[in-house]
Formats: sequence, structure tokens, C-alpha cells
Amino acid sequence: MGGGLVTAAPQPFGLLAELTHQCPLHCVYCSNPLQLSDRGDELSTGDWLRVIGEAAGLGVVQVHFSGGEPLVRADLETLVAECHRLGLYTNLITSGLGLTARRADALVSAGLNSAQLSIQGEAAGSTDLVAASKRFDKKEDAARVIRESGLPLNMNVVLHRLNLSRLDAIIDVCVAWGAERVELANAQYYGWALRNRDALMPTADQLDEAVEVYRRRKAELGQQVELLWILPDYYEPYPKPCMGGWARTALTVAPDGVVYPCPVAAEITTMEFASVRDHDLAWIWAESPAFEAFRGTDWMPDPCRSCPRKETDFGGCRCQAFALTGDAGRTDPVCVHSPDHHLVTDALARANQRDDVVQPALVYRRPTATVRGL
Amino acid sequence: MDDNELMATPRLATKAMLKHDSVRDVELLLLPERVVLLNKSGAAILGLCDGSRTVREVVDQLEAEFDATDLAGDVMTFLRDASGRGWVVVS
Repeated sequence: MGGGLVTAAPQPFGLLAELTHQCPLHCVYCSNPLQLSDRGDELSTGDWLRVIGEAAGLGVVQVHFSGGEPLVRADLETLVAECHRLGLYTNLITSGLGLTARRADALVSAGLNSAQLSIQGEAAGSTDLVAASKRFDKKEDAARVIRESGLPLNMNVVLHRLNLSRLDAIIDVCVAWGAERVELANAQYYGWALRNRDALMPTADQLDEAVEVYRRRKAELGQQVELLWILPDYYEPYPKPCMGGWARTALTVAPDGVVYPCPVAAEITTMEFASVRDHDLAWIWAESPAFEAFRGTDWMPDPCRSCPRKETDFGGCRCQAFALTGDAGRTDPVCVHSPDHHLVTDALARANQRDDVVQPALVYRRPTATVRGL
Repeated sequence: MDDNELMATPRLATKAMLKHDSVRDVELLLLPERVVLLNKSGAAILGLCDGSRTVREVVDQLEAEFDATDLAGDVMTFLRDASGRGWVVVS
């Protein structure tokens, strides 16, 4: 962009519809904002139907229903059906808690295309430790329900210091439950995960071993199960091209109707994001100041501005820049060229120097502490 | 050309969905976390993979539609690749 030309905004392919912040889990790396939306602030069914229609008009072709736990919303089937009517691909991102065979069949009848089930580890203790939930058994039930409903089963597990060494067993569980695709997502440090960063950050040795396991299992499984490795960006020399560039390919609508270029952008408290309650989605996407703020490369400071990688990683993640430096316009500190890179290497040094005799305490996400306690 | 391959019946994988994107005027293949931009021939081939036709019948129909001959090789190469990527299931 830039060069004096008026360039039309890109067209988004994906909508992440965060229907609710209500969730039966209390994950120590929850990616929802520190300040959760109250149930009473949630968009109505009618609001969501309008948002879905406007998204389709903008070029969105995939809708990912997420939360919180989207199954909490009784109108999920109605929203899926509207997507289906508009020819949009739908994906349910779920903890699995609350997914009965009856609910799954209703969602499939409404046109649901795909489901992604999260696990926290390979056994009940992992869900208790990470998510403060005893209901690992419900996840195994949900996997079966998804398969029996005819949907492809995708699984996701967030990897960190406390479960990386169990990767082989975690993959075993995903295979045994019939997953077609497994996202091995190394923890990203925003919001709640940033608060628990010292407890979650793996050592370099742990990661090296896990990468070996991933490579071996990927080769063994071949086409049977697609394994994806989401990089632990703190250990990378260059930042991730977050969201493929700010406000470029996807958008997120939060439970209260506020629209973000990325699921964790609510944390950038210095920016004002517009709501679908006040504006239509087309204006928010194409013209709202927050969406325009970091489009293209003109906004970049050095070292990004003069960097040959600027169209590759787009300066990295704006949310990470803000979370670590307080300025969303700085180079992502993950980058070796960032003047703030020590913020990342210091965290890694702590992770690699400490022994695990004394574990940092885990802080669980609890609605009482976050919805009301502000 | 392998006759067995021509007699196989390809169908789009359950997780996959073909879509004409009227906003961009392109043909897309939609997958759980992926959007694939198809060229015209790819879209035409996948559009016929509904489990009711053999590869031979897909080839015949495309040759008639595009007024072309000798498409079998190209169609089979595409379908082998599509099957390897999990877009198409061949039975």
C-alpha cells in the first residue's frame, strides 16, 4: 500500500465469531482478553445474523464459531444454518464439553462442515492442571460424537513447559480418538498466558526433543493424520507474520460486538475498536481507524521499514509488541533486530536457568476474578 | 494409462467444500483451516468428483465440455495430487 495510490482494502476470507466468553474451562493460557464480556453484553441472534450476512458481502467464505465455549449459545444451530444458506464454510471450535450426539446431529443438519476439539494433554490430570476441569472424559465422548456425526475431527493442543515432554502420548490420544488433523500449538504469550509465562515457557532442550517427536510422528503417520506444528515464536529469530498482516485476511467479532483484526487485539488498550452495534462491518473493515492503523508497510518504524522481510512478516505481531513494550507500533520484540529483543531473551534465560524444584504458581482464569473483579 | 485408476470413483472429502466466490469471482476449495484458490480446470475436475462418476466418466465429460481430447493424463495427475492432499477420496 502507499505510494500515494488509493488502494482498496483487501477482502477478508475468515470470520472468527466469538459467540460468548462463557466457558467451562479456566485455562492458564486463555487467549480471551483479561476483561471478559458479561453474558448480558452478548450480541443477540439477530445481531449475529446481520454480522454473518455483512461478512459474506465483504468476501468472508469461512466462519469459525468460537468463544469461550460456543455450545453455550442455544442459537448456534441457527447461525450455522444461516452460514450454510449463504454458502459459507463453518467450523466449530469447542472444548467438547456439552457436545451431545443430539447437539452434534442438529449442527450437522444445519450444515456444519468441521469441528475442532481441544485437549490439554493426554490424560485427565492435564485438563485438571491446565484448565481446572475434571471433565477429560467428556472430551473423549465429544471426539466420538464428532466422528459418529460424520464430521471430520480436528484436534488442537496447546503445548508448553508442563506438557511438551508428553508429546508422544498426546499424539497417541489424538490418533486413538480418530483425529484427521492435529494442531500442535506452542503457547503464544498474550493475556492470561503472558501472566503465566514463567510457568509455561519451555526450555530449549524440551523444545528440541519435542521437535524430534513431531518429525518422527509426522513421518510415521503420513497421510493418516495431518500433524501441524505451530512455532514457539519466542525461540524463533524472526516474528510470525501474524494473521498474514494486520486487517488483511481475517477479522474477529467479540461476544459484545467489538470487531478486531486479530483474536487477541482487545489487549491493545491504546486503540479504539468499533462495534457492529454502531457501524456496519464493511465500514469497520475498510475504513475504521483501528483497521487502517497497521495495514501495509507505511506505518513501520525501523528496523522494519528498511528490512527486506517487511512483506514477509509484516513487522510481526502488533499485540505482542504492545503486550511487551506498551507500544503497538514497535517491531515485534521476537525479532532479533528489535531494539526490545532483550524482553524476549530475558524470559528465555529465566526459563532455561531455573530448575523445576519450585514451580511458579499457575493463575487460573476464573470468571469471578475477571468479569466482576475489575 | 492404468485402467484401474480410470475405473476408480473419486469424491470430494467430507471436510472439503467447493465454492464459487462471487465477491472475488474465483473458484475456491474450502477446508477446515485453509482456503485454496483453484484454477478453472481444477475447479471443473473437483466439481465432477461427487462419488457418482468414474475417473473415465469425469474425463469424458470434461473433454465434451471443453471440446478437448487427451485430458485423461492431466486429470489423473491432478486427482493423484488432490488425493494426496486429502481433498479427494478415491474408492
